Amino acid sequence: MTSLAWLIPAALTLGMMGLAAFLWALRSGQFDDLEGAKWRAISDDNDRLAMSERSPADDV
Amino acid sequence: MEAALDVTLARQVPNAEVLQTIVLSVPSIVCGNCIRSVENALRALRGVVAARANLTTKRVSVVVDPSRTSTIDLTTALERAGFPAAPLVDNSDTDQAARTSELIPRAGVAGFAAANIMLLSVSVWSGQASDMDGSVKDLFHWLSALIALPAVAYAGQPFFKSAFAALRSRRLNMDVPISLGVLLATAMSLFQTMRSSEQIYFDAAVTLLFFLLIGRVLDERMRTKARGAAENLIGLRATNATLVEPDQTTKAVPASSLKPGMVIAVAAGERVAGDGEVISGRSEIDESLISGETRPRAVSIGDSVYAGTTNCGGSLRVRITAAEDNTLLSEIGRMMLAAEQSRGRYVRLADRASQIYAPAVHVLGLLTFIVWMALGAPWDQSLTHAIAVLIITCPCALALAVPAVQVAAMSRLFNKGVIVKAPDGLERLAEIDCVVFDKTGTLTTGELRLKTSDDVDTVALGRAGSIAAASKHPYAQALTKAARAEGIRIQAVDGVEEIPGSGLLTNSAGFEEKVGSAAWVGTRGRNTSIWYAAEGRPAVGFDFIDEQRTDAAACVSELRQAGYLVGLLSGDRREAVAQTAASCGIEDWTAEVRPDQKLQVIEALKARGYKSLMVGDGLNDAPALAAGHASLSPASAIDIAQNAADAVFQGEILRPVIETLAVAKAARRLALQNFGIAILYNSVFVPLAMAGYVTPLIAALAMSGSSITVTANALRLRSMTLPLPNVGT
Repeated sequence: MTSLAWLIPAALTLGMMGLAAFLWALRSGQFDDLEGAKWRAISDDNDRLAMSERSPADDV
Repeated sequence: MEAALDVTLARQVPNAEVLQTIVLSVPSIVCGNCIRSVENALRALRGVVAARANLTTKRVSVVVDPSRTSTIDLTTALERAGFPAAPLVDNSDTDQAARTSELIPRAGVAGFAAANIMLLSVSVWSGQASDMDGSVKDLFHWLSALIALPAVAYAGQPFFKSAFAALRSRRLNMDVPISLGVLLATAMSLFQTMRSSEQIYFDAAVTLLFFLLIGRVLDERMRTKARGAAENLIGLRATNATLVEPDQTTKAVPASSLKPGMVIAVAAGERVAGDGEVISGRSEIDESLISGETRPRAVSIGDSVYAGTTNCGGSLRVRITAAEDNTLLSEIGRMMLAAEQSRGRYVRLADRASQIYAPAVHVLGLLTFIVWMALGAPWDQSLTHAIAVLIITCPCALALAVPAVQVAAMSRLFNKGVIVKAPDGLERLAEIDCVVFDKTGTLTTGELRLKTSDDVDTVALGRAGSIAAASKHPYAQALTKAARAEGIRIQAVDGVEEIPGSGLLTNSAGFEEKVGSAAWVGTRGRNTSIWYAAEGRPAVGFDFIDEQRTDAAACVSELRQAGYLVGLLSGDRREAVAQTAASCGIEDWTAEVRPDQKLQVIEALKARGYKSLMVGDGLNDAPALAAGHASLSPASAIDIAQNAADAVFQGEILRPVIETLAVAKAARRLALQNFGIAILYNSVFVPLAMAGYVTPLIAALAMSGSSITVTANALRLRSMTLPLPNVGT
């Protein structure tokens, strides 16, 4: 029975981590465009690239 | 992370406060390449800081520097890249989206809590049969309390708020028994935990919240999707206007930015962007979306033109007049406002059910408490039994019964191109026993077709069709199309002169040829047709009819066979309407009706006890659409009509009208079946609970069992084959 003393907190902590990961993913918009994400994976373009190519200073 | 692009960017860019995010609707994004083309087209523009396409919502959010670019630049660039785009006028759905994203974390927390509490509860239940000692059981109960209390406080908020709001306005809704059940179960379980008793219902309370939140999330998500699609459709109806500045330079502006007194240029084939008065030019205006009249109206200086009409002849200059001056639009608006009020009084099925259910449950709970007290049981035991009744009455199944069916029905219709917008639209559609169609654009496609006869003069048709190819006038285009359909090669004709309001003239073959109205061609014939006259030969006439949707007659006969009263109301000419009515098999038709008369017909049907479905697309249908018990619009309809309709259907055929009715009726049947299942569960478990035989284990099983049964029953709707049921069944 003493093993419960650390098993239960361990189980709850792992569960909380999962929940926190889900909430983080949700809040940061990972689920906003599930259709587009599958296409972007095979696209060569990269947002980071596209942004660095056009830093706002370029336009001036 | 990437959807938070705006935020990330705003941090990176120093002058972030001047940046602006514009959301465009781009319905033609369908694949990964479209995403790339759209984003690259936008990023190449000056002043665009970032562009992100969303394939799910078919929208692009663009972060721009407003001083260097405007919405018009963005839409023009996209149009050039082959993607018609429209700015979303009002962001009314943003708070809606915020609400969905608020429901999902709550569902996540409830799910986490439900899983962990269930883990502990199952241990306790199985421990009762073996050797779990009292202290471990208490520990598990306290742990459950530790998880359940914050979870209920957070995840239950949408229900508590709604129940509180209902009670404050002295109403009852389904959230009242849910909130009461959850709060009482939690409070009692906490109390029993302190007394180390066995009647602990934390798992039931949290599982109930979890199931209900899933239902709400799905329901909300489907509605957001439908609303987004409807907005995308309407967005494309909005047009840009060519503004003529006082110095005669022109520039493109969004139609919404037009102010009274501004002058716009309307080229041939363009849609008129605002209501106004013609100040120069002569042309013909296709007003079928406004009045249902298929024959274009000739306009010249001083005549009024309306937004949503199409200019088919020469180019025009129009001075915009204020909306208040405009009798037609303001009159339509007043009629719609009055007509919509009756619809607001509709009470939804779930609310009607909860008005019976909530008092019944609470009376039963109270009765249980009183009877147990009277039998001499201690007060806390009596209260426990009473609360067990509240928990076991399956608010879960009842609260899921309608939303689960609605989500299944809406997604089935969505896949068939029917967008249901009104929250209670499906329920009202299910009660329909009378269908009233508009003619132009609804029963017909709104396009003209040559009336086929055996003795058509193919030589004249070929020549007339070739000359007409130079014009954008609907009659001319129909003539060319008809010539092609007869297998005649269309030849390019030089020097075709278009005389607005009269017809076409050419001398290219060495003699004068005219295509146009009877009076202009110089013959005495019916004025409904177009004539072709070559110099020195008798004129040849062509008759046109408004082309019907291919399945219009089949749909009407199917509706009539199922017992529906089918009517036709049109603003078009008598003979045109009679023709359509005859070929569709509609006996009950009225022609040349004004918008207020359409409204009166609908009101008269209502007075005779009919629940009518209005199907229409024009501005003149809008008051009738608002007044009908339910209403449908094709996607080609004018925006005011689309806004007034409960649902919008896409495509060239009329079949979706029948599909919508069939699905709505099936949805109602399934919702009632679900209520039946919920009542069956209650009739088994409520007596058990009142007798005090319900344990937490039985409560958990009953709760999950009934929820899964009603959801599975609702999902049947997705694969059912649905013939149109007869009226009254």
